[in-house]
Amino acid sequence: MGKVLQKEAFGLAAKDNSGVLSPFSFTRRETGEKDVRFKVLFCGICHSDLHMVKNEWGMSTYPLVPGHEIVGVVTEVGAKVTKFKTGEKVGVGCLVSSCGSCDSCTEGMENYCPKSIQTYGFPYYDNTITYGGYSDHMVCEEGFVIRIPDNLPLDAAAPLLCAGITVYSPMKYHGLDKPGMHIGVVGLGGLGHVGVKFAKAMGTKVTVISTSEKKRDEAINRLGADAFLVSRDPKQIKDAMGTMDGIIDTVSATHSLLPLLGLLKHKGKLVMVGAPEKPLELPVMPLIFERKMVMGSMIGGIKETQEMIDMAGKHNITADIELISADYVNTAMERLEKADVRYRFVIDVANTLKPNPNL
Amino acid sequence: MGSVEAGEKKALGWAARDPSGVLSPYSYTLRSTGADDVYIKVICCGICHTDIHQIKNDLGMSNYPMVPGHEVVGEVLEVGSDVSKFTVGDVVGVGVVVGCCGSCKPCSSELEQYCNKRIWSYNDVYTDGKPTQGGFADTMIVNQKFVVKIPEGMAVEQAAPLLCAGVTVYSPLSHFGLMASGLKGGILGLGGVGHMGVKIAKAMGHHVTVISSSDKKKEEAIEHLGADDYVVSSDPAEMQRLADSLDYIIDTVPVFHPLDPYLACLKLDGKLILMGVINTPLQFVTPLVILGRKVISGSFIGSIKETEEVLAFCKEKGLTSTIETVKIDELNIAFERLRKNDVRYRFVVDVAGSNLVEEAATTTN
Repeated sequence: MGKVLQKEAFGLAAKDNSGVLSPFSFTRRETGEKDVRFKVLFCGICHSDLHMVKNEWGMSTYPLVPGHEIVGVVTEVGAKVTKFKTGEKVGVGCLVSSCGSCDSCTEGMENYCPKSIQTYGFPYYDNTITYGGYSDHMVCEEGFVIRIPDNLPLDAAAPLLCAGITVYSPMKYHGLDKPGMHIGVVGLGGLGHVGVKFAKAMGTKVTVISTSEKKRDEAINRLGADAFLVSRDPKQIKDAMGTMDGIIDTVSATHSLLPLLGLLKHKGKLVMVGAPEKPLELPVMPLIFERKMVMGSMIGGIKETQEMIDMAGKHNITADIELISADYVNTAMERLEKADVRYRFVIDVANTLKPNPNL
Repeated sequence: MGSVEAGEKKALGWAARDPSGVLSPYSYTLRSTGADDVYIKVICCGICHTDIHQIKNDLGMSNYPMVPGHEVVGEVLEVGSDVSKFTVGDVVGVGVVVGCCGSCKPCSSELEQYCNKRIWSYNDVYTDGKPTQGGFADTMIVNQKFVVKIPEGMAVEQAAPLLCAGVTVYSPLSHFGLMASGLKGGILGLGGVGHMGVKIAKAMGHHVTVISSSDKKKEEAIEHLGADDYVVSSDPAEMQRLADSLDYIIDTVPVFHPLDPYLACLKLDGKLILMGVINTPLQFVTPLVILGRKVISGSFIGSIKETEEVLAFCKEKGLTSTIETVKIDELNIAFERLRKNDVRYRFVVDVAGSNLVEEAATTTN
């Protein structure tokens, strides 16, 4: 076969760790026989995007085109693609490839494959760096493309591909999805708010735990939580001691685990999905004398991502979003850093992203 | 079978009377043998690190006088009218717990050690309002639910440590589904529980790595206990060699230590099981549990059912421990040596072979 052809693409990239994104032209690979190419309609902005554009995790390579909550419409499929055809609504989340043969991959947990390739900022097999969804189109291996149910609005569905699967995966994996269970959701942000929706759809009783009383009305009346606790109120915590089967902790700031462990039943599970930068204090007694567990979970595999989005379609679960134009992205990043968003920014890519004016 | 209930009985033991940790002869009374009770002549009793903590009030919950000892092996002298599992002459064991509520979820799941109303073998209050006293004594009376039969042919001094240290290691391996052959286990800390951990994990067919703060115990771990590997935790290159390789780590260290180096040793879905009871919180960074879906949990002794299982398991595997037998009047010396880690690996008090005396007449309570 001859030289690999490239398709011109354009998007928004960070050029350095200042965090500023600007118009950027690049190329994507030609559609391989197992590839799906799609026009990007919308892309969510995730906290990870913020960390990556600023190189806060020390692994960023520039230019960096972020975005891993990507939805759009198929424009081309490779000769061996069987699951998708032109015109269908699809999405891509945090991963675009993995080894396909390790235990994690064969179990459908590609997220834990040591050779998984992330949607942006990662070396791909052809020696390019992956570019994310703040761009006009994507090309992705069929196995990492998710079909979006027809009834879901694409802009509000986009964040489910990262935020949604991140809370859904541990609920399913750890058996915290049974009707009648009592689930706590700590933090009411991009992750927490969809966590409440999925937990309710699974038939569990849901209690939101937050540092701020101001979020009570939002949690119960808008999001459908059954109860609300202020984590700094000892009486509220005491009244709920030992009542929860599991807690999904979405908080990425340093916080005390002791009250949360107290809320759990014997053998209860505290699942960390937020990643505070500083070490957390871990009380020993609740783990030893009550066999409680502290564990982590990271995004989810492709199979369960499809299950999650299908469940969202069935129950009309979407993220609460603020739709923005592409040229608003830097302002949005600043607001995200200040937690000034309810709950997820989504870029209206197709309608507002313009080619690089410098060409 | 019937048995006439007798009145209260006299017991002779050795008790701590204050946080100095010194034990001395002590006389006290046991309750009458109730319908569900087993009256036991103590043959021997293992010494556990917890005994030290309790007699010295390290956890701030000690009441005196206290007769410690919760690895008790003895012979049945008398059984209550409703006792069906045991008969006079049986060789039996008593571990850490002698009572529970019987109706909560842990109790209903045969996990009595997690009952909020569990009663400790010593340093606790029984349902009759009297203090519980342990196995460094000539006799005990225990509700039949908390008595286990010692397998025939098992040496009594070998059985004793299984009632606390042995079941403490066995319980989490059983609970967390870690009994399959071929797993890679880490044992952090090589004291009484750690040494038992190596033996039990090896008997399960695991590849066992001992992780210790110094290399002083390397020969012991590998040559005598049968560990497959040994790593010094302060050596970064050695710890790096273990990265992402262990299915579980049993952490027996009872002092503060950051968890991150050990979390990094676990593979995907690996489990770090804490056993060292300390009041100081430990520390970890969240990405380490998120990226590998790792679990930090704890485990506390084991249930009666698990105690029976570990006894049967060790009998079947012919598992034995290095035990140093002492007489009861050497108890204070043994505690001092244990504090200095001068024992390999468990002291067991030969109670029945000791000369138990009444407390000195001049002592006042």
